[in-house]
This record gives sequence, structure tokens and C-alpha cells, in this order.
Amino acid sequence: MHVESKLRKPLITGGKTLNDVSDDICKRVEEKPSVSWYVAMIISNIILIVGAYAVYRTLWDGIGMWGLNKTVMWAWDITNFVWWVGIGHAGTLISAILLLFRQRWRMSINRSAEAMTIFAVICAAMFPLLHMGRLWIGLVWVLPFPNTYGSLWVNFASPLLWDVFAISTYFSVSLVFWYIGLIPDFATIRDRAKLAGRKVSAFIYGTLSFGWDGAAKTWSRYETVSLVLAGLATPLVLSVHTIVSMDFATSVIPGWHTTIFPPYFVAGAIFSGFAMVLTLLIITRKVYKLEDYITIKHLELMNIVIIVTGSIVGIAYLTELFMAWYSGVEYEQYAFYNRVTGPYWWAYWSMMTCNVISPQLFWFKKIRTNIAATFIISIIVNIGMWFERFVIIVTSLHRDYLPSSWAMFYPTIYDVGMYLFSFGFFFTAYLAFSKYFPVINMAEVKSILKQTGEKVKKAK
Amino acid sequence: MDDIGKKFIVGIFEDEDILLKAITTLRDKGINIYEVYSPFPVHGIENKLGYKRSRLSIAAFCFGFLGTCLALTMMIGMMTFDWPMIIGGKDFLPFPVFIPVTFEMTVLLSAFGMVGTFFVVSDLKPWGKPKTFDLRSTNDKHVMAIEVDSNSIDSKKIKSIIKSSGASEVNDKTMDL
Repeated sequence: MHVESKLRKPLITGGKTLNDVSDDICKRVEEKPSVSWYVAMIISNIILIVGAYAVYRTLWDGIGMWGLNKTVMWAWDITNFVWWVGIGHAGTLISAILLLFRQRWRMSINRSAEAMTIFAVICAAMFPLLHMGRLWIGLVWVLPFPNTYGSLWVNFASPLLWDVFAISTYFSVSLVFWYIGLIPDFATIRDRAKLAGRKVSAFIYGTLSFGWDGAAKTWSRYETVSLVLAGLATPLVLSVHTIVSMDFATSVIPGWHTTIFPPYFVAGAIFSGFAMVLTLLIITRKVYKLEDYITIKHLELMNIVIIVTGSIVGIAYLTELFMAWYSGVEYEQYAFYNRVTGPYWWAYWSMMTCNVISPQLFWFKKIRTNIAATFIISIIVNIGMWFERFVIIVTSLHRDYLPSSWAMFYPTIYDVGMYLFSFGFFFTAYLAFSKYFPVINMAEVKSILKQTGEKVKKAK
Repeated sequence: MDDIGKKFIVGIFEDEDILLKAITTLRDKGINIYEVYSPFPVHGIENKLGYKRSRLSIAAFCFGFLGTCLALTMMIGMMTFDWPMIIGGKDFLPFPVFIPVTFEMTVLLSAFGMVGTFFVVSDLKPWGKPKTFDLRSTNDKHVMAIEVDSNSIDSKKIKSIIKSSGASEVNDKTMDL
């Protein structure tokens, strides 16, 4: 039997019973959406539609609508791509790595974090696909299909192709992991609908639940599947941003060609992913009144992950500067000198302030247990992480080896519009998820209720 | 309804620790338990019910190995034999560049193969019909089902044993399985 120290604070507060858990979570799915949900959905849809115009112009008129030029041939699109992929790292990290470490606080947050991961990866995938200009060709060109050019195969030595495999694998494995967790909860909603006599939702959730009945044999297999999936997803999640970093690191451009990139990108990804989880969860817990499930302790633990990864990122920035100086390569040195003091100094110092200084505030217990402060810092971190990618990409490109070709990058409204489109999609998808799907993994929360629920703790 | 289907005795339990003790008591008395349905995974229940460890991890390994082989066959076939090209001064069998895709394909096939196997062996499918002995089994009750015909012990006696081992309710149910 599991014995837990009395010193540990309960993970689920409010003296919840098993039935309370089903009631609290399923109620949101069963009742009509609130006014605030409709308002949020309308705003997201407006953003999506405004952004869709930029996507339309990009596809109809071509990439020339963007602010790219001959020198800076990669800018907002790849910045957004890396930013979204990074955000997409938190969900699987929470559900896989924290499962392997038996961290039970993951159980209240893994469902929404995984949903966020899936939507963020879709947002990320939009950018390289749209950059190809012709989406339909993109699907054929990136996959090794026989073709009429020979067959001339895709280049397996290219990190861009590794990216295709890494991101599509990550997306599909995360989706499966998320869905496996949803099945028992869909069954709960199905049976509640049957009891209440709601035929349509009993049918829909019955189909989604795959005929789950919670048999001990199936649960036993389910646990094996979750454990093995967690074991597979752990190296997978680390491999994805490693491979994304290789898009840059395997090139020979000063500022990109560094071996520190894989660990530095992975830490940054976890950093920004947790920040986005916090931003979304603070709103979700407030709107859905989930304070007993996502407690201050959960927020504090996530903030601790942010301090750790933020500090790793900070050390990586300093290491990069040191290595540039120590290498003795003047092109490398200039790339970093230009980053810090050149025309994009404001982007570099925004990045430093947002990513290195702001998370250090979480060393104070008062700040890391304060919801308003956490919310603000979580947004600042993601602004900083966007600037990090912008700095790495644009400042390394805009002054190349030939001073006569030096240029600046100025985004057009279509660059901004594409970014808005991804935001519109992300929030629309998240809002739809939070309405129609159980936002907390009920089955997992129920399994820890007896050991760490407040009532049981007090009774011991 | 009563003349078709199998007769079951259904015991409802509120608490997983009482349930685990009851399973031991019933099995010691030689009663066959058809299955136990719970709203969440109860740790240790598979040992009490005498289930063997799931072999799905072996399936995961086999599918993963298949993924490794397929990825290497595909890439070596395309880049070394079908259309060899010198890329970045590497030779025609540049093994290190194959590592990322090989890894991803291994994980992809392993995960999908294992989950697919899980769905097949557990009979989970979108049109699947759950064996619902009690609708509360996905909410807050543990439901133990005992088939009357597979036990030689008198059903009244089984009921009294379930009741005395801590069940909050004992019901009869006929299921067409």
C-alpha cells in the first residue's frame, strides 16, 4: 500500500469525493457554454478570420507578400515555427517524463497540457507548409514517394527532412497518448448521459469512448500501454527540438553553427511550453472553477520548472557569447557582437530581460505562489522566447560575409497576419477542447483521491 | 429478458481497499469472479484477480524493431542503391545521417503498433458495446460481476459472502454477452 508523508500537502483540495470529481469536470461538458466562453470564442474566430486573409494572400500572390529579402531569407515564419514547436513540448513532457518520475501532480494538468501540445504542433506545422507556397506539392515533396523525376528521392541527409519525420511522429504519438487518456473519461460522460437520458451525447461520447467499460483486465493493459508510451515519448520529446535545432546547427552560418544548440533548444522549449501551460491553466481554472484540482501548489511546482529551465537558457546565452570569443573565429565573434550591440540590440536585450531576469523572480516564494505574478511572468517568458528565435534567426542572417548585401528585415502586415492566424487557430481549438472534452483527467485524479485527497489526509 | 443471456451477481463496492480484500476472500472460497469494473485503475487488482502481466510491451518492442528495419531499408535503398549522390562530401552509406529518421520511425511504429494491439486485444472500437453491469462503474463505484453458472456454489451463499465482505449493494443482472 502507498504510504505518504503527512507533511505533503494534498494535491486535490476541497474534500472531493469520486462523484464530486465526475460532477465538477463533466458539468462543463454537459451544460451550455457560459457567456465568457462565447465572447472568447468570437474573439478567437475574428483573429482567425483576419489571419486567414494573410494566408489567402500568401497562397494566391506568393511568398513575396512577406518581408523576406535576399539576405534575410528566413524570418517570421521560421521564428513562429520554432516558437510553436517549443510551446508544444510541455504537454508530452508533463505526461511522459513526469509519469516516469511518478510525479502525481501531473494528473490535474496533463490533459489540457497535451491538448495544448497538439494544437501548438499544428500551428507550427502551418508555417513550413505555407512557406512552400503550394501546400499540395508540399505533401508530396517531403515524403519519400516514387515520382516522375527518376525517382529522385527526398534527401535524408537534410535536417529539414528529419524535421518532417520528427514533427509528424511527435504529433501523431502525442495525439495517441492524449486519446488513450481520454477514453475512460469519455466513458464516464457516456454513462452519465445514459443515466440522464441524453441520447445524442450518449451516442457521441459512446463512439468516442470505444466501448470502454473499465474492466480490470483492460485497466491493467491500459497501464502498461501508458507506461510504454511514456517511455517512448520521453526520448521523442527530447529528439524533436534537438532536430529543430539542427535545422540551424548543421548549417555553416556564424551564430547558428554551434554544438550547444540541441540542449539549449530543448531547455528553451520546456521553458516556453510550461509558460504557455501556465497562461492557459490560470484562465481555465478561474473560468471553470477548478481551484481544488489545479491548486497553488501545482502552479508553484510549474514555476519551479520555469526557474530551472530559465536558468539553463540563461547559462546557454552566456556560454554562446563565451564560445564565440574563445573560438577566435572573427566571423563568429562579429555575429555575437552584432547581436548584442547591432541594430537588433533591442531584440537581444528584450530576450535577455524576459528569459533570464524575469524567471529569477520565482526564487521568491511570494511571487511564485501569486497567481497574478505567475500569469504576467508566463506571458513575459513567451514574449522572450519569441524574441530568442527572432534574434537567433534574423541577426545571424542580416549581416552576412559580404557587407554590400547587408540588409534589415521589416515584417509586412502579411507576416503579422500569418502569426495572428496561428493564434486564432490555437485559441479556437483550445476553447472547443475545453468545452467538449473533459479538461482534467478524471480517472487519474480519482486514482489519487484516496491517498492525497484532503479528507483522507485529515482523517489520518 | 430473463430467459436470454447469462445470469450474474453484481456486487457494488465503494472503496478500493475493501474491494481488494473482498476479491481475496471470494477467491479463497473458490468463487469465480467474472470481472471487476472500476472508474480508475486500482493498483494491485490484477494480481488479486490472478491476471498475468500484460505482454503489450513485447508487442511494442516488435513493432519498434520493424520500424527500425523499415526505416533503414528505405533510406539505404533510396540513397545508397537506387540513386546514390554525394551530399556534403559523405559517402553513399552515410549512417549517422540516418539516425534521426530511424529513431522517429522506430518510435512511430512502436507506439502505433502497441496501441493498435491494445485496441484489438481489449476489443476497443468506435462501435464497441461496453459491458455495463452498473452505470455507476465509470463514476464512483467498483462493480464486481460473478457469473452464476460458472460457479458451483449456491448463488444465495455467494451473495451473502459478497455482502459480508463489504459490498454496499448486491444485485442480480442478466446480460446478453
